[in-house]
Amino acid sequence: MFGLELSFIWAGIIAFAVLVYVVLDGFDLGIGILFPLAKDEGERDVMMNSISPVWDGNETWLVLGGGGLFAVFPLAYAVVMPALYMPITLMLLGLVFRGVAFEYRWRTERWKRLWNIGFFGGSVTAAMCQGIALGALVQGIEVADRAYAGGWWDWFTPFSVLCGIAVTVGYAMLGATWLNMKLEGRIQRQMRGIAWPAGIATVVCMVLVSLWTPFLDEVYFGRWFAWPTALFSGIVPILVALAAAGLFFGLQRHYEKRPFLCAQAMFVLGFIGIGISFYPHIVPPSLTIVEAAAPDESLAFALVGTVILIPMILIYTAYAYWVFRGKIDPAEGYH
Amino acid sequence: MFDGFSAELLARFQFAFTVSFHIIFPAFSIGLASYLAVLNALWLRTRNETYLTLFEYWKKIFAVAFGMGVVSGIVMSYQFGTNWSVFSDKAGPVVGPLMAYEVLSAFFLEAGFLGIMLFGRKRVGPGLHMLATGMVAFGTLLSATWILSVNSWMHTPAGFAMNDVGQFVPVDWWAIVFNPSFPYRLVHMVLAAYLTTALVVGAVGGLHLLRDQKNEAASTMFSMAMWMLIVVTPLQIFAGDAHGLNTLEHQPAKVMAMEGHYDSHPDGAPLILFGIPNPEEKRIDYAIEIPKLSSLILKHDLNAPLDGLDTIPDDEEPPVAIVFWSFRIMIGLGLGMLGLGAWALLQRVRGRLYDTPMLHRAALAMGPAGFVAVLAGWITTEVGRQPFTVYGLLRTSDSLAPIAAPAVAASLTAFIVVYFFVFGAGTYYILRLMNKPVPVGAREDLRDEGPIRTAGITPATQIKARKEDGNVRA
Repeated sequence: MFGLELSFIWAGIIAFAVLVYVVLDGFDLGIGILFPLAKDEGERDVMMNSISPVWDGNETWLVLGGGGLFAVFPLAYAVVMPALYMPITLMLLGLVFRGVAFEYRWRTERWKRLWNIGFFGGSVTAAMCQGIALGALVQGIEVADRAYAGGWWDWFTPFSVLCGIAVTVGYAMLGATWLNMKLEGRIQRQMRGIAWPAGIATVVCMVLVSLWTPFLDEVYFGRWFAWPTALFSGIVPILVALAAAGLFFGLQRHYEKRPFLCAQAMFVLGFIGIGISFYPHIVPPSLTIVEAAAPDESLAFALVGTVILIPMILIYTAYAYWVFRGKIDPAEGYH
Repeated sequence: MFDGFSAELLARFQFAFTVSFHIIFPAFSIGLASYLAVLNALWLRTRNETYLTLFEYWKKIFAVAFGMGVVSGIVMSYQFGTNWSVFSDKAGPVVGPLMAYEVLSAFFLEAGFLGIMLFGRKRVGPGLHMLATGMVAFGTLLSATWILSVNSWMHTPAGFAMNDVGQFVPVDWWAIVFNPSFPYRLVHMVLAAYLTTALVVGAVGGLHLLRDQKNEAASTMFSMAMWMLIVVTPLQIFAGDAHGLNTLEHQPAKVMAMEGHYDSHPDGAPLILFGIPNPEEKRIDYAIEIPKLSSLILKHDLNAPLDGLDTIPDDEEPPVAIVFWSFRIMIGLGLGMLGLGAWALLQRVRGRLYDTPMLHRAALAMGPAGFVAVLAGWITTEVGRQPFTVYGLLRTSDSLAPIAAPAVAASLTAFIVVYFFVFGAGTYYILRLMNKPVPVGAREDLRDEGPIRTAGITPATQIKARKEDGNVRA
């Protein structure tokens, strides 16, 4: 009776988890991507310390996205993971290097450079792979008999690589605007300078992806260009343009918070744009949200706790950010 | 590197390899998180600087171990899909929500409060810092609870039905979460985590006592660890025995493999202490047995009949040799822990806990024993479940993703190389942190350099002990 409603509620929750992941871990990964640009180890220290207390929580949303998919859309999970076997595995290995760098970097002098490279390389790899996985999902996954039926290299196409680049430069933009907000002095000025090309590159990538996507699938094309849905869909690019304008204006005026918030808004809008293309599929073009959903008993059981726990998580996550608010004190840290 | 292996075997290798690496860190961080919470609470209560010093000392070690646990855990959460997608599709409706609850209730809690625990002492009040430390510890325990519920359900499935596409469908969530082996497995694992940590803390305390018998922080951690050992080891033996009886009830084939009973024993089974399993001939070579003891332990009756693997179809028989050996390793190490705890208790009663270098050396040697025992225990229970992923219902060979062997081989190779490199480095950093002296003053009772107490010991051993102490220091 509630099957339809429950599976759609869950699709919304998973989408929310992935969005929160992108919003939170995006600038985290961006800092890794920007890591080699710092002048010296002292600057790298403050860059890393600007996220050290919160990155663990940020990354957990990725586990919720994957774990949630497993819990309530097991068929989608079972189809997507083998289809994206290589990018997912590479992303995980990238995250391994990046995650341990947070601790190891402070534990050694001789090998510090190695963990700097690990932090940078892991972040770039993870960002690229996330974009490629997204692109591969958007362009469609072949399914037969409740299993992935495509080839081993299907995920690797010009479109997915473009998405990989888009996510990487976008994360760099988020990281640069975050550091503009959290740091001071030379490094802040440098990051403000870098936010410009990163922002421009992100806008270019978003335009390219947006122009390409409708031609991947008739459904997408209809969603974006058929009347009257085009009216609603058209709002998204306009808002993206406004957010981008806010970003560049804020950078020019040396605002600290606004560029970061505008950059985040660009990501949220891009995410909504993908959602417009996707609906009502969870694995286009083969599986819809309803088809991939677990039985109602699973959806209802998991939902009860989720509606209680997610607000609690958001509250204590916000509290942790509040505790570590303001500019980074170069002398602080527990190491 | 892996030519000639099937995709199934490679996927099993990969899972076994990554889960074995992963389990090391939770086994350590569950106990260490609780230890840190206790130290922090003791510091707040007594304002004794030693507790704060110990908290700061172990906090750094915890942070490195926790970081490794997080990243290896993220790998695990995705591997269900990449390598075992058919299992994910079929069992997902039951085990998926439990794993989602683990993330929502436990993982977020640990990760969210970890930052405040590590970096926030100066930014929040002592009460909130204590709360954060407690939440991290609570999160690790909650995490273990959910994960062991999932794992136990795969061993003793309950509360489900099958639908027309072959999925396990939940019917009774209470029965699923509290499935028959869950309470036993949870208690056994949490106690194992506490023992593992106690052994590590004891080893570090022992190491620093060998260097300086008067180091107060070293004395405190050694004493706390030895108390833990003598209290928890007997509990663990009791819990392990209860778990074994539960396994006999629900997974008899596993117990047959653990005990090495290839043949049925209609009038009382012997306990095989040692021997070499011979899978071809289906017998234990060179067995050293105690007649009737296996029946007494498992059925509390000397003459109770006990079935052997000859009652199980060949294609449902777990790999006997692995289970047989890993079980004996676990038991042997458990007895070693009991011995160490008892010895420490004896020396404590004699008032010589801090000046018995042999004891400190033994504690140092036993430092890694918890990890080995945990791994051996996991191998026993997981290999003993084979050839099933969901016991009796879903075969491992039917759980596999449609992935080509070369792909699994490539990712397996990558995981092996990366894990040995990354976690090897992490282990090295942890060992180096542990090797650092604990910065704290000397114990009051030994601070004056008066005559060495000689009650109950001969001067000769005293001199010898001091000499060895000197060697260690050098």
